[in-house]
Amino acid sequence: MSFFVALRKEILEQWRSYRLLIVVAVFVAFGLMSPLIAKFTPELLKLIPEGEQLADLIPPPTAADAVAQYIKNISQFGVILALLMAMGAVAQEKDKGTAALVLVKPMSRSAFLVAKFVALALTFAAGVAIAAAAAYYYTLLLFEPLDVPGWLALNGLMLLFVLVYVALTLFASTMSKSQAVASGLAFAMLIVFASIGALPGVGEYLPAQLLAWGARLLAGSDTASWPALWLSVGIIAAALVGAGVIFKRQEI
Amino acid sequence: MAAIRIQGLKKTFGQVRALDGLDLVVEPGMVFGFLGPNGAGKTTTIRILTGLAWPTDGRAWVTGIEIPARSREVAWRIGYLPEEPAFYPWMTPREFLDHVGRIFGLVASERTARTQELLDLAGLVQVSERRIGGFSHGMRQRLGIAQALVNRPAVLFLDEPVSALDPAGRREVLELIHRLRGECTVFMSTHVLADVERVCDDVGIIAKGRMVATAQQDELIARYAVPAFEVESDPGSVERLAEWARGLQKVRWVTSVAVDGPTARVVVSEVEMAKRELLPAAVQAGVILTRYEMVRPSLEDVFLRLVGEGRQVQ
Repeated sequence: MSFFVALRKEILEQWRSYRLLIVVAVFVAFGLMSPLIAKFTPELLKLIPEGEQLADLIPPPTAADAVAQYIKNISQFGVILALLMAMGAVAQEKDKGTAALVLVKPMSRSAFLVAKFVALALTFAAGVAIAAAAAYYYTLLLFEPLDVPGWLALNGLMLLFVLVYVALTLFASTMSKSQAVASGLAFAMLIVFASIGALPGVGEYLPAQLLAWGARLLAGSDTASWPALWLSVGIIAAALVGAGVIFKRQEI
Repeated sequence: MAAIRIQGLKKTFGQVRALDGLDLVVEPGMVFGFLGPNGAGKTTTIRILTGLAWPTDGRAWVTGIEIPARSREVAWRIGYLPEEPAFYPWMTPREFLDHVGRIFGLVASERTARTQELLDLAGLVQVSERRIGGFSHGMRQRLGIAQALVNRPAVLFLDEPVSALDPAGRREVLELIHRLRGECTVFMSTHVLADVERVCDDVGIIAKGRMVATAQQDELIARYAVPAFEVESDPGSVERLAEWARGLQKVRWVTSVAVDGPTARVVVSEVEMAKRELLPAAVQAGVILTRYEMVRPSLEDVFLRLVGEGRQVQ
């Protein structure tokens, strides 16, 4: 019961504080730009002095280039937005005092926390969905139609990848009372994942592998990366459960 | 059944003892003034009673329900206004009260009616569609009280409800608290004595994490107040007044003498003796008097005496 009350407030906040708009705008911008950049990079190179020779070295752009550009942009900016959107979610409410005002009432701390994650997940899902539609349309116009089930799977996996960082940042935000500390902690976790991913044999289990799997699915390959998927889901669950346990023990 | 019962409550933050064996009973239906200097442990006590913090030791019950073990049950029966209430700035007061109504599981028709009722009570009807982000301190404080009343609480905790307000805002909020008398038990912490004198029935004085006195306001004054006399001289005889005051310090039944310009405040240990001796002594010393009166002891006198900041004034 209190979960839906908290979720209603969170969704309303995503809308009123323009967070939903920002996420959708950034994702759509990159959804539209990615096929354009892929298509016109050789043309742009020709405009710079002696760029024509350089442009000749680049093979003619294809839909695969547009997809690669899209994956790179959405995943990078997705992680940045995850940090920015989630870092203050709990820390700011504790710091300003709104958490105390609400949690002294019959609102469970776990409902308060999970509602924040679900609202952020819905915001990012909306952003990825609209970006996917935009990118699909521009790729269709500039190159060729993409395989729809593969495209949907790629975007689903990208969303899961971003949600890993949403959950980790939310965990950091719960641990800390300051937004700055929360973002620092989340950024440190990001660095740790990147460092571990560079180790031989480890990268295939990490969330970043979801992006490669999505690209393979779109290309028609059936080489799956289930360990990365289960680990990502596990990280999200562990981050939320951990945040819940810490939050319940915290004095507000 | 007591509205609030506290037994030997302790709370430590590292080496700091915020509460040091606090004992207190608050009967239902009264406006209780929880008085103490800054850092005495008032906010810590309220945070424990509302389930936002846990005690290091000791026990406490709110409406007969023990906390912190059953804080979730207590949450349905209490209202809480923190010292500086914070709201979601993008909400309107109507939306915030509706949100609180939803938390308490009120159905739509109940929420609408209760929200309107509380907006009326808090004097916020005119601004009910404005965003809270632009509200003044006083408006936030009144909204804070309104949100604490949504569930018709049995016990209302108010942490320094008027300390940060200007005189007009202070009066508005105190009138609001006054109107709650009889509707619920109000537990109001403050370090402002005048506010307690205006609205509270019973008073508890806390210092260094312990209760030093609890009683009805008048009883407390009668029990602890220091008798004092004020003597005011003609501006032309201020020097004689000062000289007379210096001499009084050697008198056995005089506790202390404070001189402020043409006024001397004499605190005495034997009232009857002072009644007989003080005025003739002033006249004999050649002080031309414009005023002489026995001062009604104030809660401030009691408070200062009990919290150990006694008036050993010069």
